[in-house]
Amino acid sequence: MKHIDEYRDKKLVDKLLQVIEKSVTRSWTIMEICGGQTHSIMKYMLMELLPNKISLIHGPGCPVCVTPLELIDRAVELGGRPDVILVSFGDMLRVPGSRDDLLSVKARGGDIRMVYAPLDALDIAQRNPLKEVVFFAVGFETTAPAVALAIKEAGRRALDNFSVLVSHVLVPPAIRALLEDSQNQIDAFLAAGHVCTIMGTSEYIPLASQYQIPIVVTGFEPVDILLGIKVCIEMLEQKRSGVENAYARSVKPEGNQAAKELLQEVFETVDRKWRGIGILPGSGLGLTEGYQKFDAELRFDLQAFETEESTVCMAGEILTGRKKPSDCPAFAKSCKPENPLGAPMVSTEGACSAYYRYKKEQS
Amino acid sequence: MCLAVPGKILSIDESNPELRMARVQFGEAIREICIQWIDDASVGDYILAHVGTALSKIDEADALFTLDALREMGSPELFL
Amino acid sequence: MKPEGKFMLQCPIPKSEYECILLAHGGGGKLTRQLIERMFYPLFENDILLHGHDGAFLPPIPGELAMTTDSFVVDPIFFPGGNIGELAVNGTVNDLICCGAEPLYISLAFILEEGFLLDDLWTIVKSIARSARHAGVKIVTGDTKVVEKGKGDKIFINTTGIGRVLPGLSISPEKCAAGDVVIINGSIGDHGVAILTEREGLAFESDIKSDTRALNAMMLDVFRKCPEIHVLRDPTRGGVATALNEICLSSRSGIRLRENDLPVNDAVRGACEVMGLDPLYLANEGKILLILPEADAMEVLTIMQRHKEGAQSRIIGTVSSDHPGLLRMETSIGSTRIVDMVSGEQLPRIC
Repeated sequence: MKHIDEYRDKKLVDKLLQVIEKSVTRSWTIMEICGGQTHSIMKYMLMELLPNKISLIHGPGCPVCVTPLELIDRAVELGGRPDVILVSFGDMLRVPGSRDDLLSVKARGGDIRMVYAPLDALDIAQRNPLKEVVFFAVGFETTAPAVALAIKEAGRRALDNFSVLVSHVLVPPAIRALLEDSQNQIDAFLAAGHVCTIMGTSEYIPLASQYQIPIVVTGFEPVDILLGIKVCIEMLEQKRSGVENAYARSVKPEGNQAAKELLQEVFETVDRKWRGIGILPGSGLGLTEGYQKFDAELRFDLQAFETEESTVCMAGEILTGRKKPSDCPAFAKSCKPENPLGAPMVSTEGACSAYYRYKKEQS
Repeated sequence: MCLAVPGKILSIDESNPELRMARVQFGEAIREICIQWIDDASVGDYILAHVGTALSKIDEADALFTLDALREMGSPELFL
Repeated sequence: MKPEGKFMLQCPIPKSEYECILLAHGGGGKLTRQLIERMFYPLFENDILLHGHDGAFLPPIPGELAMTTDSFVVDPIFFPGGNIGELAVNGTVNDLICCGAEPLYISLAFILEEGFLLDDLWTIVKSIARSARHAGVKIVTGDTKVVEKGKGDKIFINTTGIGRVLPGLSISPEKCAAGDVVIINGSIGDHGVAILTEREGLAFESDIKSDTRALNAMMLDVFRKCPEIHVLRDPTRGGVATALNEICLSSRSGIRLRENDLPVNDAVRGACEVMGLDPLYLANEGKILLILPEADAMEVLTIMQRHKEGAQSRIIGTVSSDHPGLLRMETSIGSTRIVDMVSGEQLPRIC
């Protein structure tokens, strides 16, 4: 497949590894922000191929992992109602809330449906006029515009049985929160390439400047990730900070203007709780006043859930690189991918989940 | 997050100017993708698709330049 | 004169009589007889079935017998490339093949949900008959039950098969030996993607079809000429990754796959890239994994490739003593990773 296969080419991977090996003189710790990048790193075992001096920390860029328990519980409650069709991306179906997950609700008779595109949820609403269709909207800035498009289109089609349970989060506040932790071990970031196709690169410039850190916009295939790491290492070795774009075939500095305008029309910045990190000001998206009629949390009378995270989980320390997952007493014992105690073990791209599978490789 | 995949535009449907759609080919599988945010999309262009929407148009020139540079790697500065 | 079963195009129980399955259709009385005599007997006709007994009297079968059973509950029941009926026959035929047996007889049990359309049942029964004819197996006995609306899911099917183990064959994971090769007869993931894309909102315009088919013609050819097969497995639910992991665990061997050698058709690949799926974990219904000595590999491949269902047969890996119990894969970029077991069905992702 064009524009994919070229970036999985062994010859280019080998060349990049050689260049990286030659240019690294001391230990560096790089965090990849995006869960998709973590997935690729694990799939191709890139940590194995990189020189030992380079450590990779898997960041919080997994919207599945960071969705707060309360929101999952709300989705579960809505999905259990006989008059509701709960529509979701596949990623969220197995994530446990405080009591249950959406697949279990489906097994008990709840109408839970999976879609690839938010627009497809509108078709479900149109075909089921007597039911309330609620779309569980998770994702970063990459996904939010598609949800905004669906909401705007719902307005145009006058669909009054469609609403959205919003769980969108923004990347830059998370980076800031990690860097503000004075004990963080991060030397450089691989920024999330697909988030930047929408938002552009300018948001990262003040961060790179304030914290004197390289931030390299990076893609997802093995060649892309190694290229991003190569650029990070060069900047670090040359003691340079700033933002560089190693994914220029997809990312322009200005991003996607039309998508950004749509985001601004439908969503506004709100404070949001990130599982494992806490409430980050201005880190989430909520519906603007003109679109609040599509807000499922306002439309439905939802229970206030008391949720408690495991006191054992040390997600915050792991995500900042202060501790490794294996430092956690619960890691691989009471906390495993099939029974996660906290955010970083929840999905296959979570920091602890990735580490669990990698460590299995090693033993 | 953000699984986005490049696909080739086979045809464009602009019957609804608020929701411009395209048939996009991924390997040999074809799906409808909304190209509302891609101003200058044409048949034959590659776009990056995520959850049924096109995030950007692949810059072919840039892609070629990067790949050529990678293939000739060994020279001091790449393309920063 | 009653029309011959295979030439009956229309449902033999017209809509004017019954459009849907009623509870009485499973009650053993008049309506049950009607289904059996007007729908099942004409299509499945064979000397054993038409005796009309509750059970089947089978002629003596020389040698060792193999028996296997499977239940089919797939949703959707109709999908590109087939329906639950084909799966029910081909699945059990292929399971018998994996025992090294020539499939001979099948029993067929339906659990129908009240309200199930007779036209749909007719389509499925025709498919069952066609698949059985193609596989050369006789449907010799059966059962029909009906459950109340809401207590089933349209149609569940159970098939149990009996076959004759071919002399000289000894198939067992314990026979896995370091240096053995792993062969598959064609592209992976076709059935899994066909099923997923039938579900709401995941539709692709493409040539993706279930690969359901009986493999006995090809495999009996292989057995006759190369009986030194060590392991056979059909990679159904959970895909090639699950099947090979199970073999690794039961044989306490390691298996090493090569990503570049895995056959994936272009439409399946495109759909998998878009949905974030790994074809290694997707179901196959017309594929078989063979583990056999390397010395026999070329001959076996040649035999398989002569058959339509084996045209794309190839070696995808080897058995290793290096990592007992583990399935590993050399990736396309030269690194090696574990291909783990996963719990639950793989779901499309956006992340």
